[in-house]
Amino acid sequence: MHHLDIAGLDAHYGKMPVLSGIDLTVGRGDIIGLIGPSGSGKSTILRVLMGLLPPSGGTVKLDDEPVNHADRAALRRLRDRIAIVFQQYNLFQNMTVLENVTIAPVKIKKRPRAEVEAEARALLAKVGLGDKLARYPDELSGGQQQRVAIARALALKPEILLLDEVTAALDPELVSEVLDTIRVLAREGMTMLIVSHEMAFIREVASKVVFMADGRVVETGSPAQIFDAPQHQRTRDFVSKILRH
Amino acid sequence: MLSQIIEEWPRFATYYNLVFIAKAALTTLALSALGCVVGSLLGLALAVTRLTHGPALLPLRLLAIGFTELFRRVPFLVTLMLCFFAFQATGADVPLFVVAAVTVTLIAGAFLGEIVRGGLNAVHRNQWEAAAAMNFSLTETIRYVALPQAWRLILPPAFGFFVMFIKDTALASQIGVVELTFVGKVLNNKGFSAALSFGAILIVYFAISYPLARFGARLEARLASPRHRGA
Ligand SMILES: Nc1ncnc2c1ncn2[C@@H]1O[C@H](COP(=O)(O)OP(=O)(O)OP(=O)(O)O)[C@@H](O)[C@H]1O
Ligand SMILES: [Mg+2]
Repeated sequence: MHHLDIAGLDAHYGKMPVLSGIDLTVGRGDIIGLIGPSGSGKSTILRVLMGLLPPSGGTVKLDDEPVNHADRAALRRLRDRIAIVFQQYNLFQNMTVLENVTIAPVKIKKRPRAEVEAEARALLAKVGLGDKLARYPDELSGGQQQRVAIARALALKPEILLLDEVTAALDPELVSEVLDTIRVLAREGMTMLIVSHEMAFIREVASKVVFMADGRVVETGSPAQIFDAPQHQRTRDFVSKILRH
Repeated sequence: MLSQIIEEWPRFATYYNLVFIAKAALTTLALSALGCVVGSLLGLALAVTRLTHGPALLPLRLLAIGFTELFRRVPFLVTLMLCFFAFQATGADVPLFVVAAVTVTLIAGAFLGEIVRGGLNAVHRNQWEAAAAMNFSLTETIRYVALPQAWRLILPPAFGFFVMFIKDTALASQIGVVELTFVGKVLNNKGFSAALSFGAILIVYFAISYPLARFGARLEARLASPRHRGA
């Protein structure tokens, strides 16, 4: 049984097709690295998986159960199990760092505040923000906001974590911290889809790499296959270009 | 003119007249307060209704749009007459004050609805998406995320509207509600000079709206400072 099974997925923004016939299976505990040029539709896949953009065709199955994107209750169940770290972080501007992390578990999941806050403090300390609990997002650097967003997603205890460009704003030491965190989470069985331009990072953490271009999956394989022996010209061009940077 | 006012003053400042004005002031205040408070709630409800999605709530959405567009476009006086005759048609013996109160609430609701909607629309799309991704309902998103960020955009025009609205309640005099403007006319008809009758009324209007305007300005200043995000 696949944790996530995406088949023939199409998505449009208005009339413009953004995803065409995406097929992707994700096993429990897999770490999928999603790579591809800017505008290839990586963020859009995550948005569809999160139920933020209804697909115009194809199916998404979660534990073999098709998700009906028109059914609110189904979307709620989906979002109960999947969390996302947005490319732009999307932290709530009117809340402090701590409130950003605790609001959903307390107000939406109705968990006891004291317990949630203790967990949130621990998570924020783990991402190096233990001294910024009372700050507002616009007082933080990009990398700091990103780590708050990671803590916020983890506080939801998702089964599946979607990470969009999660290392883009981090400096090298922090990348390795985030990398460690991700490995620990993977060992604990969390399934992850990671979009990144950081090939070294993807190569290290991913169990499977998906190369996308123009809204399609061009090639899928192990990190070694994609980076060392790409089968398609598009993949070769992309990988060689990006590895030279 | 001043000498005339001084001459009239002893006759004017009788207990009876002052109570008459004070009662009228209370009526104006009550109409304004009802319009602003109930109108704000109605406006919020209208704005939220228009943010809903999906076919199930489409009729409600259309109703909200129709309501807003209608009462924003129709002259106040016409709305008042419509309410007046609508109540009359029901045959119920409704006090004139109630007719006026319903009218001002409808009008205020329509205008404030647009002000609230403008504020909510200005909240960045990524805030709504983050909330949706964490299973916030529409009302939870508005309560915890959108309104706290929209206050500072909503309050200035809302208070501008409130202050303007106080004088618009004068319209109720047209159907015979004894509010300030009505009393001004009555006193004038009793033979007091227009300067004194309406001058007195003007002072009372100012006494009601000036503190409100000040309060609005203070609230704005408070919310504009980054330390008060009203989360
Ligand atoms: N809200 C939107 N409305 C319309 N078009 C959009 C919207 N968001 C993205 N697009 C378009 O959809 C396509 C895919 O965008 P997407 O954000 O998924 O790309 P991406 O692979 O994540 O790119 P990047 O690496 O730059 O983040 C692009 O052509 C983009 O212009
Ligand atoms: Mg993207």
